[in-house]
Parts: sequence; C-alpha cells; structure tokens
Amino acid sequence: MTVLRHLRHDPWALAGGIVVLLFVLAAVLAPLLTAIPGQDPYRYHLDALDDSGAPRGFGGGISAQHWFGVEPLSGRDLFAIVVYGARTSILVGVGASAASVLVGVAVGLVAGYFGGWVDRVVSRVVDVMLGFPSLVFMISLTAVVAASFPKPLLIVLIIGFFGWPSVARVIRGQVLSLRSRTFATAAEAMGAPAGHVLARLLLPNVGASIIVYATILIPASIGTEAALSFLGVGVPPPTPSWGRSIGDAVAWFRVDPAYLVFPGGALFLLTLAFNAFGDGLRDALDPRVSRGRRSAATPVVDDRVVPNR
Amino acid sequence: MTAVRFLAYRLAGIVLVLLLVALATYLVFYLLPADPARLSCGKPCTPENYAAAQRYLGLDAPWYGQLWNYLSGIVTGRRFGSGTGVVDCPAPCFGYSFQLSTPVTELILTRLPVTASIAIGAAVLWFVAGVLGGTLAAVRRGRALDRAIMTVAIAGVSAPAYLVGLLAILLFGFTLGWLPTGGYEPFTEDPVGWFVHLLLPWSALAFLQAAIYARLTRSEVIDQLGQDHIRTARAIGLTERAVVVRHGLRNALIPVVTVFGLDLGGLLGGAVITERVFSMQGLGSLLISAVGTTDLQTVVGVTLFAAFLITAANFVVDVVYSLIDPRVALG
Repeated sequence: MTVLRHLRHDPWALAGGIVVLLFVLAAVLAPLLTAIPGQDPYRYHLDALDDSGAPRGFGGGISAQHWFGVEPLSGRDLFAIVVYGARTSILVGVGASAASVLVGVAVGLVAGYFGGWVDRVVSRVVDVMLGFPSLVFMISLTAVVAASFPKPLLIVLIIGFFGWPSVARVIRGQVLSLRSRTFATAAEAMGAPAGHVLARLLLPNVGASIIVYATILIPASIGTEAALSFLGVGVPPPTPSWGRSIGDAVAWFRVDPAYLVFPGGALFLLTLAFNAFGDGLRDALDPRVSRGRRSAATPVVDDRVVPNR
Repeated sequence: MTAVRFLAYRLAGIVLVLLLVALATYLVFYLLPADPARLSCGKPCTPENYAAAQRYLGLDAPWYGQLWNYLSGIVTGRRFGSGTGVVDCPAPCFGYSFQLSTPVTELILTRLPVTASIAIGAAVLWFVAGVLGGTLAAVRRGRALDRAIMTVAIAGVSAPAYLVGLLAILLFGFTLGWLPTGGYEPFTEDPVGWFVHLLLPWSALAFLQAAIYARLTRSEVIDQLGQDHIRTARAIGLTERAVVVRHGLRNALIPVVTVFGLDLGGLLGGAVITERVFSMQGLGSLLISAVGTTDLQTVVGVTLFAAFLITAANFVVDVVYSLIDPRVALG
C-alpha cells in the first residue's frame, strides 16, 4: 500500500503512530499494568503522606510500589491514575470524534449534494457555530441534564455536538466538486436515486478526508475533555481523568510538581503524537501534497478552511 | 454595494443570528430536563409550593410566552412575582439569580473587566506577535529564526494553554519571583499592578496562538511574494520594506483576519481556562460556580451574554475585514 510506504518514510508520523499505539495498549491493559506493582486508582494510601497531606519522599513519593508517586491528600497511586486516565481520555476522544464525524459527514453530504437553500442554511449554521464560544456552552450544558444521566456519556455527546461543523464544511466542499464529475452525472442520468449516489458513489470518495479529519478531531476532543475536567465540570470523580488531576495539581504544584508533571506530560505526549500521526496520514492520503519531503510552507496541523479568498 | 448598505446588511444578519441563538439557548436550558421551578421550590416541595414557584418564575406561561418574556426582558427589564415578594430586574435583564439575590446583568458586569482584560490583551499580543513573527520568518525563509518559529508552532498546537500557564507560574512566579502567581488588580485602581498581574496570563494564552498565526502569516506572505504584482512593485523600484508591507502583507492579512474572527469564540474559552489557572474571578468562575450550585438563571444569562459578545466582536472583525479588502464592501 502506498499509504503505508509513505508513512514509513515519515519519521515524525511513524513515531507519533507508535506513541499513540503505546497509549492505546496501556489503556487497554490498564488492569494488568497496574497489577505489576499491585495498585489500582481508587485505593487510599494515607501512610504515603505527611501531616500536611503532601506525599512523602522524592518526586511526589516515587517508589517501587508507586512508580509515579501518589496523589496528595488521598495517597492514591498516580501511575494507576495516569494509566486509567488514558482510558478516559481515549474513550471520550474517540467517542466524541465518532459522533462529530457521523453528524458532520451526513450533514456535509446532504448540503453538498442537494445544494440550494439546504446548503445555504447549513453553511450559515456552520459559520455561526464555528465562531461560537463553544467551551462556554459546553460548561453550561453540563448543568442542565438530570443527575441520573451518565456524565461521561454526556461529555462525549456535548464535545461531539460542537465538533461536527468543521467536518461538515470540509465534506460539503468535496461533495460540491465531486457531484459535477462525470461518474456522478452519469449515475444521475441513468436514474440512480439520490440515496444510491450519496452512499455508493460520493461517500467512498470522501473516505480519505474522513480518516484524516478523525485523526485531527481525536486529539482536539481529548484536549476538550481535559479542559472541561480541569475546570471541574468534566468526568466526575473518582473516575481518573488527566484534566482533573492537572486541575487538582494547581493547588499543589509548588510542593509537589510531580503531580502536575505526570498527567500533564501524558496529555501533551498523546496529543502531540496524534497530531504528528494525523499530519503524516494527511500527507500520505492527499496526493496534492508533494510526496517525500513536506514543503515548509504547507500548514501542518492547522487545517482551518479559509473561505472566499 | 456602498459601505453603509454593507454595514446595514451585516447588522441585520447579526440581529437574526442573536435571535436564533437566544431561541436555541432558551429551548435547551428551560425546556429540557432541568426544572427551574422544582429547584427553587424548596423542601418539602408540596404541589402548592411548586405551583407558586412556577407562577413566580413565570413558568406557568406557554413556552413561547416564556421566551417572549425572556427576550423582552433583555430590552425592557422584567419583574418577578407580585405583591411583597416582588423582584425587579432592570434592563438589560439577562435573568435574576435568586441564589445570590442579584440581577445576572450586575453579576456579569462586575466580572466582565477581568475576562475582557485577559481576552483583549491576549488577542492583541497573539495577533501582533503572530503577524510580525510570520512576516519575519517569511522574509528570512530557511534561517534560524524561521526554523525556531515553525518548531514552536508545531509543538505548541499540542500543549494546552493551562499547562503552559502553570509552567510559566512555576518559572516566573515561584522560582524567579519576577511576576505575581495569580490574582487581579482593577485597571482603575492600579494600572501598573493590572499590567503586571496580566502579563503571564496574556503570554500563556497568546503563546500558542501566536505561533499558529505566525505559521499562517508566513505561508500567506510567501505565497503573496511570489505573485506578479510583487515583481512589478520591485521592478518599479519600491524599497523592499514597502514591497513586503504594503503589497505583500496587506493581501496576506486577509485570510489571517478571517481566521481571527473564527478564533474569537475560542479566545473566550481560553480566557475562562486562564482565569482558573491564575485564580482570577472573571466570567468563567461565575459560570462554573453557577453550574456547581445549579443556578440556572445565571448559567443561561452568562451563556447568552457570551454568545452576544462574540457575535458583536465578529461584527467588528467583519468591518475591519472590509477595510483591508475593499472587494468585500464593494462586490
């Protein structure tokens, strides 16, 4: 496959892919990994703390039992929190991105294919939503749903809801140019129903864009989840979340910087790896970008579409 | 289209957007699961108390009546209840916080200066630093400065602003002791203290965005400098500075300003996060504590206000846009 061959010659993308894979493995194998030192993310270890609630010993209490030290005040194992936190981050990130892609692709296909007033309405909604203070809306939305509704699912839905406009815009643009191509015109001329043209002819042709966009959306969704949890309105305790740990570390990082470093480092590393991998994938799938070395002028991560030049 | 008609057209569009946003917000927050009457009904919540709470909040009206009351309240003010328990909420009424016994507008206005200071200062910093850095990188393509800016831009996209902010506090606040580690001083009381307290928040929020804008500006300027009109400008003997600034940068700025308009919403979100990092009491902390206490009137009021603010700011960006690119206003 040319895509794989291309990726193999892109060290950044390769490294990114490997790091992402390691994080996914760690998340899947979280119970096994934390069983090695015999820890879990919920058990308190008050004996590992001093009187002020700060961890005893070097680097936030790093030891053979607590590889990353322990959490201040509770003494819970930080390694277990980080590894289980990867589950939260990846599940929310992938779930929210899947929701965004699903809605965005459907809306983009319909708007691009049918055009006319449908397209005008969709485009306006997308324009308004893209410029919106979505974080403020997300914070507010966490307040209005009944407490019995599972909070992690709510977070996935909320983040997913604000992610679809950018997908819809890209897909719409592509469908707009695809539908005037001869194969689409021919199918229509032969009387193919709209559903067939959309699902069988147009959808497969935007597949590459969907994959590229998903790899851009996942790190963004992971970042949003972390931001919401950082602000205290995301995934509720005791479910481990990197963002919440970082938020809690604000009060502690003068005494115990390790409490900030491990969850923060994990978040940074995973996002960076996803972005590097996504860039490589885009280069590999997009024939317009020169094969081999990427020209320095190509925007690497920033894929915002600039309209009406 | 003349400039006046362009502005009138844009204004009409904005009023329409605001109305739709208010409608959507209202429907989501007042008609979906959360029940404001039950929240303010007290315990035990007898049917009589519940009905009284509904009447008091105006929730006994049909949904379009409630919506109308809410919208007209923003323009003309509104009054809750009657007789002894009456509460006045003067225009513009974005709701009334019964938990804090204060109109939401008043709450917003006391917190707005903090958030606005963070957001506006950071935006100026990121735009100026980004455009300057990007232009320099484009002119000195391939040199050390160019590479440094581009490296920061790639790494920067993956680092959340709060991580950068926390590291900056650790370095400049605690270790070096050059800058305060948090808090806010009102500009009217102590302009120097205001500036000193905001320096780190501005930098933390602007750092990554400046890098992204630098990269965007760089590629746009490089693109522009390869165009025919630049060759002509050079051929008629303009100085290099005039060529780059007047003919290259001006055209390169058009897409940059477009992206800037799209980023304003994110800017407000970033300011909310920055407030928390630097322990400042702005709109974000108002909203988050209202979420914590399920103070729906405040939640809705702040959300709607944020939407109005961003829509208005986008209008300003549009006007600036039409000044840079005359084709927009005339075409």
